Amino acid sequence: MIERKDVEHVARLTRLALSDAELERMREQLNSILAHLDTLRAVPTEGVEPTSHAVDLVNVMRDDEVTACLPQDAALANAPDPSGEFFRVPRIIEE
Amino acid sequence: MYRPIHELTDAYRRGDLTPTTVAEDYLARIGKLDGKVGAYLTVVRDQALAAARESELRWRAGSPRGPLDGAPIAVKDVLCTAGVRTTCGSKMLERFVPPFDATTVERLRAAGAVILGKTNLDEFAMGSSTEHSAYHPTRNPWDLTRVPGGSSGGSAAAVAGGLAAGAYGSDTGGSIRQPAAFCGVVGMKPTYGRVSRYGLVALASSLDQIGPFAQDVTDAALLLGAVAGHDPHDATSIEAPVPDYAAELTKGVAGLTLGLPDEYFPDGMDPEVERAVRQGIEVLKGLGAKIERVSLPTTPHALAAYYVILPAEASSNLARYDGVKYGLRVAGRDLIDMESRTRSAGFGAEVKRRIMLGTYVLSAGYYDAYYGKAQSVRTLVRREFAAAFAKVDLIVAPTTPNVPFKHGEKQDPLSMYLNDVFTIPGNLSGIPGLSVPCGFSAAGLPIGLQLLGRPLDEARVLRAAYAYEQATSWRSRRPELS
Repeated sequence: MIERKDVEHVARLTRLALSDAELERMREQLNSILAHLDTLRAVPTEGVEPTSHAVDLVNVMRDDEVTACLPQDAALANAPDPSGEFFRVPRIIEE
Repeated sequence: MYRPIHELTDAYRRGDLTPTTVAEDYLARIGKLDGKVGAYLTVVRDQALAAARESELRWRAGSPRGPLDGAPIAVKDVLCTAGVRTTCGSKMLERFVPPFDATTVERLRAAGAVILGKTNLDEFAMGSSTEHSAYHPTRNPWDLTRVPGGSSGGSAAAVAGGLAAGAYGSDTGGSIRQPAAFCGVVGMKPTYGRVSRYGLVALASSLDQIGPFAQDVTDAALLLGAVAGHDPHDATSIEAPVPDYAAELTKGVAGLTLGLPDEYFPDGMDPEVERAVRQGIEVLKGLGAKIERVSLPTTPHALAAYYVILPAEASSNLARYDGVKYGLRVAGRDLIDMESRTRSAGFGAEVKRRIMLGTYVLSAGYYDAYYGKAQSVRTLVRREFAAAFAKVDLIVAPTTPNVPFKHGEKQDPLSMYLNDVFTIPGNLSGIPGLSVPCGFSAAGLPIGLQLLGRPLDEARVLRAAYAYEQATSWRSRRPELS
């Protein structure tokens, strides 16, 4: 069972500001979903390699050549707060 | 309306119809009926008419670009379209206008297709009912009080309702096949890597795959062929030649062995679905297919493994929505506050739930118990399919355990997740799967039969579906919308 403080911790990690009511509902729903996920414990998987991907790929390499890329103005066109040639964010570094 | 693409292009060739009049008819029908269905989020009227006029010139000159030239097509709003907003059904991307086309969209334009617009979906493709779009729900054309399935419900409803001749969606756990079954159309998830994911907004990168919705199997073959194949922009796309799927359709099922997995007919499934699917299997047997029982014992655990792996990948993919480079921004007192306010305002409840779940299963102390375990279960699912496909050519099963449900009927997240219990194993193992209409419930709701094949064996999946379709007449039944 996960508790309220676990939900608050995960919410902080994911950068979600949840209201009291949302936190409580999330706790209930996550517990109900996790109870189902816990049924995986019944599956014997000793020595079974994990699969992270459906295609068995090794590294995909290409020549290190400069090719066309997105122009700067197009890359900035959707930015909520562009500044010149930059993406602007709230101050991070203290003065 | 209700003419498959291959019949439209036959009519273009004969000069009986033109791409412009067909595009105008579709746009008029969307204008008249989509208020009821809600299949579209954005309709690109002027672009569609311009593309149709160009197509018309090519047909008139006797030099069409191929079997999709002039075909009116809808695209799920999770595929990037240059200059046309791409919302993913989310407030987070309400004003996002991609600077490039997804490879699928680029290939469609190159094939001369007429893109009508962008279709509705559950937010960020998380859902099985298309009720959870941040804009509006989509309704099932067969019964407007019921859901079209999801997450590609807009694309499925558009094809079923005669609001597009064909469409594309994405399938991460069943998001093409389940709505295809619910809407009585053909829907296919190709092998993972068969279609480039470049420009497909990522949900779970190891599971996502793009595929077509079609009025019949012939169209599905044409729609898949037009977009399949390696793409240097997607390192996970497979470098293998693309067969002429349409040319293979008529080879029949005589001599093929179809596997029937016991685990896909569990207690408690809708008896009407079971009856229709079993009758469909009898039809295939009558056409000369051999039926053999196979066992896929890990099937009941695939859902749980999926609901670890999918949220884990999604929580990571959706970390990019931080209010900096694109999408919504809500001002805050510092960077973290701005990010938290942005994400809380931009994401809906199901997206938040899956981000939370994914972050939890990846967090310190739980990684091995959940994520590692689920990945090992994924291996078992793959191995069982591989063992089955050593004995049989295809697997035949229901697409969904139930018929379309009512809007608002499934409130509990877990009961919604159970809709995808028969489609998820195909994503975990990466194999191709297709849903073809196989009947109706007593209430007139569509039922789908699922065919699963070996990796890259789309041609055989389509060929069996075609044989079944030609032997039955389900596709002649259409919903009445007015």
